[in-house]
Amino acid sequence: MCGIVGLFLKDKSLEPKLGAMLSDMLVIMTDRGPDSAGIAIYGAPSDGRAKITVQSAAPATDFAGLAKLLKPVDASVSVELKSTHAVIETAADQAGAVRELLAKERPEIRVMGSGDSVEIYKEVGLPKDVVSRFGIREMAGTHGIGHTRMATESAVTTLGAHPFSTGADQCLVHNGSLSNHNNLRRELLREGMTFETQNDSEVAAAYLTAEMAKGKDLGQALTSALDDLDGFFTFVVGTKSGFGVVRDPIACKPAVMAETDQYIAFGSEYRALVNLPGIEDARVWEPEPATVYFWDHEKAA
Amino acid sequence: MNVSVQRESLEAMRVFDLATTPLRELNSALHAIAPGTNDTNFEVVNPRGSHSVAVGIDQPVTVDVRGSVGYYCAGMNDGGSVTVHGSAGPGIAENMMSGTVVIEGDASQYAGATGRGGLLVIKGNAASRCGISMKGIDIVVHGNIGHMSAFMGQSGHLVVLGNAGDALGDSLYEAKLFVRGEVKSLGADCVEKEMKPKHIKLLAELLEKAGVTGVAPEEFKRYGSSRKLYNFNIDNADAY
Repeated sequence: MCGIVGLFLKDKSLEPKLGAMLSDMLVIMTDRGPDSAGIAIYGAPSDGRAKITVQSAAPATDFAGLAKLLKPVDASVSVELKSTHAVIETAADQAGAVRELLAKERPEIRVMGSGDSVEIYKEVGLPKDVVSRFGIREMAGTHGIGHTRMATESAVTTLGAHPFSTGADQCLVHNGSLSNHNNLRRELLREGMTFETQNDSEVAAAYLTAEMAKGKDLGQALTSALDDLDGFFTFVVGTKSGFGVVRDPIACKPAVMAETDQYIAFGSEYRALVNLPGIEDARVWEPEPATVYFWDHEKAA
Repeated sequence: MNVSVQRESLEAMRVFDLATTPLRELNSALHAIAPGTNDTNFEVVNPRGSHSVAVGIDQPVTVDVRGSVGYYCAGMNDGGSVTVHGSAGPGIAENMMSGTVVIEGDASQYAGATGRGGLLVIKGNAASRCGISMKGIDIVVHGNIGHMSAFMGQSGHLVVLGNAGDALGDSLYEAKLFVRGEVKSLGADCVEKEMKPKHIKLLAELLEKAGVTGVAPEEFKRYGSSRKLYNFNIDNADAY
């Protein structure tokens, strides 16, 4: 059991409240999994800038003088510290160089995610504590996903928390357990993917990243996942402008969706959706097994 | 004068607002009802997807739930009449013994699972595994049902006005299935059977009991067990 939530806004006037809405949804799901929690928020990208969300078990030492350390590579770099995480903003064309320097000089620092718009925060602990330590409620954005974990397949650690991000602006939350993740991980390693954990959900994220790198869009990648992933899954996936949901053909893991003119929302249970505006009149449905649902801000525009 | 006042108080609806009252107070009140009590009308407001609303009823009470519920609403119902004026999460009316449960909206997976008696009416759609391991319950779904419905159904009736998903009636025993629309696929050992006059009569009674009008029993097909998988037989190994 785990709790997963997702919110994709259509109405721009709700964007300042994305963090608050998603936080409420996730906190209600706490009793589906108390081990760790995480949220990915897609904020407004700014031209030519990239964001890298990093984490450290010893932020006092690892984050000390971080901006100063990175300035020689990119003079425009800025660092925002948030508890055990930091968001590094750089010129997009220097993001690779910044990451290389980070890996060399501060090897204990872990990259949670990176891209033009995504910020990812995850830690061991309850959703309410994770949400407040990172100030998620104050965050604005266009879409986001969240997860509260009851661990089954790997250790309860920060790195084992969801969302998993394996590509720029891509992330995934998973309720379920995969049975062919070891084999798939070996295949993906051969294709050049790298892994931070022994977690099955990270393999699913990396699989989608690899498929999208071959030119598929999110919907097509999720469709292939139905053929190539074995086990139980309900996935909610975010990309820079897209939001997708897919359930395995057996569909044991619960899922409810709601759509209004203002948003598309996903919850493991209806409880997660009850505070959303206009939910009484929303179209509420259970996503069909083995059926891909996805939306894209850019394609809608 | 006195008599009418007394009657009014006896028939008063007891309202539980789950936004302000713990669920356990509702369920304890339902369990505390002694046989023969007249104070049997309950209303539940603001369920907001709560789990286990009105489980374990064992008296002929009436419960109206104003909104959508989560897991296991009206589980183990024995004689109560529960109406959900919204949709229901997984396991609605699981293991019902007797009574009636009506869902005005949709029901999630394993609605009516293992039910031994009573009537479950779902006015919207039911998801996967509807009536799994049913043992005497009657289930009437106005919309469609998902895959693996009536899996290992032992007795009782599943009536579907819409379509059925994959593997209907897999490993079926003696539950009787009636589907008006399309069946995506039949499960192992489930076959279409002839609608004889006695089945038309039975289905007409079920439809009437469930308050379905404007639908003729002749519009349905009947499905049941071909009884080849009751006991393991090596010749049937491919079917398992």
